Amino acid sequence: MNALPPDDFDTRKASLAAAGVRPDHLLLAEMVTPGSRVLDVGCGDGSLLALLRDLRDCDARGVELDRENVNQCLAKGLAVVQGDADTDLFDYPDDGFDYVILSQTIQATLRPREVLEQMLRIGKCCIVSFHNFGYWRVRLELLLRGRMPVTQQLPYSWYDTPNIHHCTMRDFVSLCDEVGAVMERAVALDAADRPVKIPLPWWMWNMIGRQGVFLLRRGGDRA
Amino acid sequence: MTDTIRHQSPEDTAEGQNGDFETLAALARVQVDSPSSHVMHFGEDEPIEMDCGASLAPWQIAYQTYGELAPDRKNAILICHALTGDQHACNVHPVTEKPGWWRLFVGPGKAIDTDRYFVICANVLGGCMGTTGPASTNPATGKPYGVDFPLVTIRDMVRSQAMLLDKLGIDDLLCVIGGSMGGMQVLEWAALYPERVYSAMPIAAATRHSAQNIAFHEVGRQAVMADPGWASGRYLERGTRPRKGLAVARMAAHVTYLSEGALHQKFGRKLQSRAAPTFSFDADFQIESYLRYQGSTFVERFDANSYLYVTRAMDYFDLAAEFDGKIARAFRGTQTRFCVMSFTSDWLFPTKDSRALVRALNAAAASVSFVEIESDKGHDAFLLEEPDMFAAAQGFIDAAARDRGVA
Repeated sequence: MNALPPDDFDTRKASLAAAGVRPDHLLLAEMVTPGSRVLDVGCGDGSLLALLRDLRDCDARGVELDRENVNQCLAKGLAVVQGDADTDLFDYPDDGFDYVILSQTIQATLRPREVLEQMLRIGKCCIVSFHNFGYWRVRLELLLRGRMPVTQQLPYSWYDTPNIHHCTMRDFVSLCDEVGAVMERAVALDAADRPVKIPLPWWMWNMIGRQGVFLLRRGGDRA
Repeated sequence: MTDTIRHQSPEDTAEGQNGDFETLAALARVQVDSPSSHVMHFGEDEPIEMDCGASLAPWQIAYQTYGELAPDRKNAILICHALTGDQHACNVHPVTEKPGWWRLFVGPGKAIDTDRYFVICANVLGGCMGTTGPASTNPATGKPYGVDFPLVTIRDMVRSQAMLLDKLGIDDLLCVIGGSMGGMQVLEWAALYPERVYSAMPIAAATRHSAQNIAFHEVGRQAVMADPGWASGRYLERGTRPRKGLAVARMAAHVTYLSEGALHQKFGRKLQSRAAPTFSFDADFQIESYLRYQGSTFVERFDANSYLYVTRAMDYFDLAAEFDGKIARAFRGTQTRFCVMSFTSDWLFPTKDSRALVRALNAAAASVSFVEIESDKGHDAFLLEEPDMFAAAQGFIDAAARDRGVA
């Protein structure tokens, strides 16, 4: 399928949203330049990759830990490598991709910083999305109940969660500074996963954003 | 448990079985020049140019097909067999009368569905089931080639298959699939004829044979050559056979196809039809009895010189060496989509070899998928009932067929 012209993309987007395509996936698809090479790390069943391929004409590849998910990707005709973000990104060549996406996966990695550094090495741009632990409901849960938050999006108890490295949007911004990543774009998604469009100071975003989505580029001072 | 193993023990079934073995050997001998399958003949003017410099003519290639070739010829799949396999992938074997070696995976309604796809499987060059090899009759002398047969490489095997497809009028393949040595052929296909391969599935394979694997092969070859029956490779003319040597080679190799876990589960230290060790060198343990049986049946159906040639072809395989030491160079600019598979308990072609291949394919910007199948069955897993492998393969092939517009 060919990439749609931009205006068509908006029309298509509206109908896809109505058809139940995840809003955060549509936002990610919008961030990606049509026709680019994309690697989705932790690509799950490949629904974002298929969207990028079909809607954006991307050469879309994936890395996924779970074999069941890999099989679903294969059945969609996607190129997906069964592997682990923590250990297998080293295998990819420098600048192999235009975009490397880490969608709601960073919290499950053992070494988020190294993963981010690898992504910045492999991709010209990186897109990272995650559940914001600074979200007001999360804060409230901890404040009022004194318990680790268990929500619809993060349904695990603390002792059996695969999500071992939660962070807030502010935490992530400071990690970006540490690894020398340049923030091209930052979006906070509200409780309905729609972008918060009102210009607000950071601390407000960090409160009302249930998810954060960041478009990053390697800093110029890095080789 | 003992009973299921017991009937496989050669000691227990001495004479009647021996007679059967001789019949098997005679049946197998017939297959060499006149196989019970399709054969494509290449005349004096159609030589196959081999890596060793030899130009072999006339020669023939024996093959089986399953399913129907679509009018647009887009649904052809080539299956490449492993070391001791042959073209009889999913029909009853004409010598052993056992069902085809990949019947669980290939057939009507199977993961590789012969109701949809046209499947071709050819005996490898140097083999002994009807494709020209060391046991074939040398037209120049009227005697078997024996060790005068030129050394074969994986690339020669692939060339011979390509020449077969040319004659069948099949320009390109929806998929090339193979496990172990078959997987080596898959990689060679993708490197040598990228424009003819839409998708490729190397299973439990590697881009080169490791030192450890060469070592095991050498043990096997030395066992064959140390048997006086080998007669410097002229056993067919002399009327002898290196049965003991080839059986030992098969026994040693067979161990490498299994995992420690599988051996433990299947046999453990269980004794063979006896309550206590006999304080002798009889096959006291079930594992011994099993291996002896594997060895003794193998020698009846397989030509010893073929075993030497085909193991050598695997040893020589090093795809990187064919491309200035860089595997990625073998696949640069390829449009072929790959699905690489390995098994967790395979120590002959371990996952790390498959990962190295995936890394190289990524470096070449090839479209590559990789699945590691959980299995305790070792290298042989690719021949066995492995639903996870079947599901992954079916998804990959059906998607390739869809994207290629196969009806």
